[in-house]
Amino acid sequence: MAMISVDKLNLTFGAGSDANQVLHDVCFEVGAGEAFGLVGESGSGKTTVLRCLAGQYNHWLGTLAIDGETLGRRLDYARCRKVQMVFQDPYGSLHPRHTVETALAEPLAIHGIGDRSARIDAILTKVGLPTSFRWRYPHQLSGGQRQRVAIARALILEPRILLLDEPTSALDVSVQAEILNLLADLRVRDGLTYLLVTHDLGVVAHLCDRVAVMQQGRIVDLLDTAGIVGCNPEHPYTRMLVEASRHYSREMAADGAARPAVADLAA
Amino acid sequence: MNTTAPKLHVDDLRVAFRTGEGLVEAVRGISFDLGQEKLAIVGESGSGKSTVGRSLLRLHPRSAQVTARAMQFGSTDLLTCSEKTMQGIRGRRISMIMQDPKYSLNPVMRVGDQIAEAFLSHHRVSRKEAEERTLAMLEAVRIREPRRVFRLYPHEVSGGMGQRIMIAMMLITEPEIVIADEPTSALDVSVRLQVLATLDDLVGQRGLGLIFISHDLNLVRSFCDRVLVMYAGRVVESIAAADLEHAQHPYTRGLLAALPSVDERRERLPVLQRDPAWLAA
Repeated sequence: MAMISVDKLNLTFGAGSDANQVLHDVCFEVGAGEAFGLVGESGSGKTTVLRCLAGQYNHWLGTLAIDGETLGRRLDYARCRKVQMVFQDPYGSLHPRHTVETALAEPLAIHGIGDRSARIDAILTKVGLPTSFRWRYPHQLSGGQRQRVAIARALILEPRILLLDEPTSALDVSVQAEILNLLADLRVRDGLTYLLVTHDLGVVAHLCDRVAVMQQGRIVDLLDTAGIVGCNPEHPYTRMLVEASRHYSREMAADGAARPAVADLAA
Repeated sequence: MNTTAPKLHVDDLRVAFRTGEGLVEAVRGISFDLGQEKLAIVGESGSGKSTVGRSLLRLHPRSAQVTARAMQFGSTDLLTCSEKTMQGIRGRRISMIMQDPKYSLNPVMRVGDQIAEAFLSHHRVSRKEAEERTLAMLEAVRIREPRRVFRLYPHEVSGGMGQRIMIAMMLITEPEIVIADEPTSALDVSVRLQVLATLDDLVGQRGLGLIFISHDLNLVRSFCDRVLVMYAGRVVESIAAADLEHAQHPYTRGLLAALPSVDERRERLPVLQRDPAWLAA
């Protein structure tokens, strides 16, 4: 059964003549234990889909279901126990004046879970940080360590699903490799389901089983990552993304400037 | 690469910062020449690559100690010249494109006026002429409606457009050297390609030297001519971009291996194992 199911998701900001529809009939399903990628350029709506699932927007139209249960408009406690999110920028997502311990204890306090100290130690060990780090403030951590804390904070409620919004784009390549390995390990160990948003196809190809390509609020292509690795995808926009992540070439940039409009792609 | 005298000659550049805990050496003796080419400086955060770029323009605070055997730009010695000379060079003959247009553009000034200001501060021309120049420059960086964009504020433009506005501002004075500090890391692939193409054309057409500071090895490999790999304030390897595949130094090889690739799927990414001996190398 599908762990995450998104059916005909539409979202509009503004009203009347200012209305701006940012999502158009987005549909996809993610199986339990699967890692699913959403790629596309900025403004394509990929993060918006995540935000709808995380309950940060509540005026969407369509049907969202998690683990077979249809989501309501209101964010409830039960959903937070199932779905957690890791944000892009570990420099912005941790409170600068809260220690690691405070950050990790807060979700436990909100959900009335006991045995906090032991849980914090366990989760720090799980994400590969020494337990002494619980007394540190974010400014005493490197970027990679901060992202580990952010992942620990998401995992401390033992969710089934992690929503990952560009989890490595603020990190160096060498640190990115560590975090990607950690995410891969955690998924296998805890049977987590991932929905990963990124613009780096290398990351998707590494971590995900399937990927949806978004452009201007629509899913334009849906393929197995095996379809990206080593061979050329059929859809022109996907092909452009793949080529661009391989190398820079003068011709491609010219093509990019004359990129076909969405209407042409749909045809 | 051309064979004429280099535009810039740097020999044994060292930068140290005075901090509460004593002197911290950020750059520990690097040397390079720059001609009419695209030279990349790559390395992780903290390796000193941006510090090198900033030393060339003397943008460091007083707490920095910058020393070198030579830092020669044409006939000017960048180490010893007066602040007045420096002002004639900074933004006029050597300019720097910063990483993030969101923070480096003035939020309360129209973008067109900001670009024109860069020109006016180095040339005695009328406001009208500066405006004409600005519009031409906006067109050169492939902004479709220069007149409309001229009147926008920074928050009204997208990241890619903001970066092209920065590039326009830095190139309007027709500098001889452009230092680009991670100019595309805030942009996504398709926009990145266009910004790179703009830079590429300008290097080709105007014959300028480009120092491209980046941590993206994949990009550097296909975009630049030569690569300096920095680790802990030193250059550990200098190599032609096309030969990056055959890099010798374990650090360069480690960085390349850690990149997730669309062409090959691996169970685990090899994590860089740092060797203390590299610090001394």
